[in-house]
Amino acid sequence: MTRDGYDTTHPLTLPSYRRDDVDAHPPLLSPGYKSTVIRAPHQPLVYLPQRLTEVTGPLLGEGRLGEFDHDLTRQHDGEPQGQRIIVHGRVLDGDGRAVPHTLVEIWQANAAGRYRHILDNWPAPLDPHFTGVGRTLTDERGRYEFITVQPGAYPWRNHDNAWRPAHIHFSLFGRAFTQRLVTQMYFPGDPLFFQDPVLNSVRDEQARQRLIARYDHATTRPEWALAYEFDIVLRGRDETPFEDEDDDE
Amino acid sequence: MSERLGVTPAQTVGPYLHIGLPWPDGPYAVPEGTPGACWIRGQIVDGTGAPVVDALVESWQADPDGRFDHPDDPRGARPSTVPGFRGFARTETDGQGWYGLLTVKPGPLPTPEGETEAPHLTLSVFARGLLHRLVTRVYFPDEATANAADPVLRGVDPDRRDTLLASPAPDGYRFDIRLQGEHETVFFAV
Ligand SMILES: [Fe+2]
Repeated sequence: MTRDGYDTTHPLTLPSYRRDDVDAHPPLLSPGYKSTVIRAPHQPLVYLPQRLTEVTGPLLGEGRLGEFDHDLTRQHDGEPQGQRIIVHGRVLDGDGRAVPHTLVEIWQANAAGRYRHILDNWPAPLDPHFTGVGRTLTDERGRYEFITVQPGAYPWRNHDNAWRPAHIHFSLFGRAFTQRLVTQMYFPGDPLFFQDPVLNSVRDEQARQRLIARYDHATTRPEWALAYEFDIVLRGRDETPFEDEDDDE
Repeated sequence: MSERLGVTPAQTVGPYLHIGLPWPDGPYAVPEGTPGACWIRGQIVDGTGAPVVDALVESWQADPDGRFDHPDDPRGARPSTVPGFRGFARTETDGQGWYGLLTVKPGPLPTPEGETEAPHLTLSVFARGLLHRLVTRVYFPDEATANAADPVLRGVDPDRRDTLLASPAPDGYRFDIRLQGEHETVFFAV
């Protein structure tokens, strides 16, 4: 026994997270998205067994949140321009279990499609009342909600007449290093999808659909804001024998 | 009982991650002034050798006793004996592609197979042009014996192992990350 009472002779049984399907994520080299060509590694990834460092992870959030961090329309003295929207959903794992109390961070362009960033200087207006950054924690059922404005599309120089479809960047921790995810949420029916190499880097059509939020009329608030629902699925865990005993379907 | 769901695909952080992700206390896995704390700094370069000035590095590690304050550690969650230890750092690269984080060296870790992992940090690298994070590990140059027995290092092509090894620096260690090409850093599938 060590001084804090754990038995070093007892075998260590770790949770194990299911590895993603080959087509679940974009290939790192996706030449349609030009900057992948000089940034994607040439060597194949090396298989890393999931051990203590990988099955644990930072459980952050409490104490990191300010009063208006989840409401991007109330972070300044006045309201930002644009269509007010509610973006909400659940953070789940691949087995449909809620991921509670996990930090969700977002950032986005303003209604005109411009980021409050020193390198974004295309001729669209900044909004003095919009920073474009939010964070919140999921509740005990894995739910989160942001209030913000509909981001605009913006041009970039990847290809001729290239425009990014409107999107919100999302960052999630989950409960283990293996679950860490950074992604983007898109809006349904955007006519710019066809020419966007970032969204289309996800080769599987069903997987791509999981990046597109659903217009949610039931949550839309009369005379106030449109709602979009966006569930986020992090990796699931392989069942341990102990959990199987409880699982009498 | 449980339904199987497809995971949400990863997407790049894009060029404007700096408005959303950096935290004022991000680089500090331990508070400034922590006895024995060291800086781990390095430069990230792309396949043309150019510095990657719009990347974000995150680190995660055990404390110096090799423990985690996390419920899924089967040895039990244990708050660190190092006051203010977070074990996690987040640091964006500067105009020359350099990142830096302040931490204490982690302890060795037991594995389910009864082996011992040498002290290491696990890193995630995010950037424009990376559609998914890259994962690598930092090992320490002053742990030759432990490194030689480390099951992960032993599984890496010997010619590439040194890309996972930090080098000594005046206030800690240096760990450069080469995304692509000659001396490309070893990246892992987790
Ligand atoms: Fe963006």
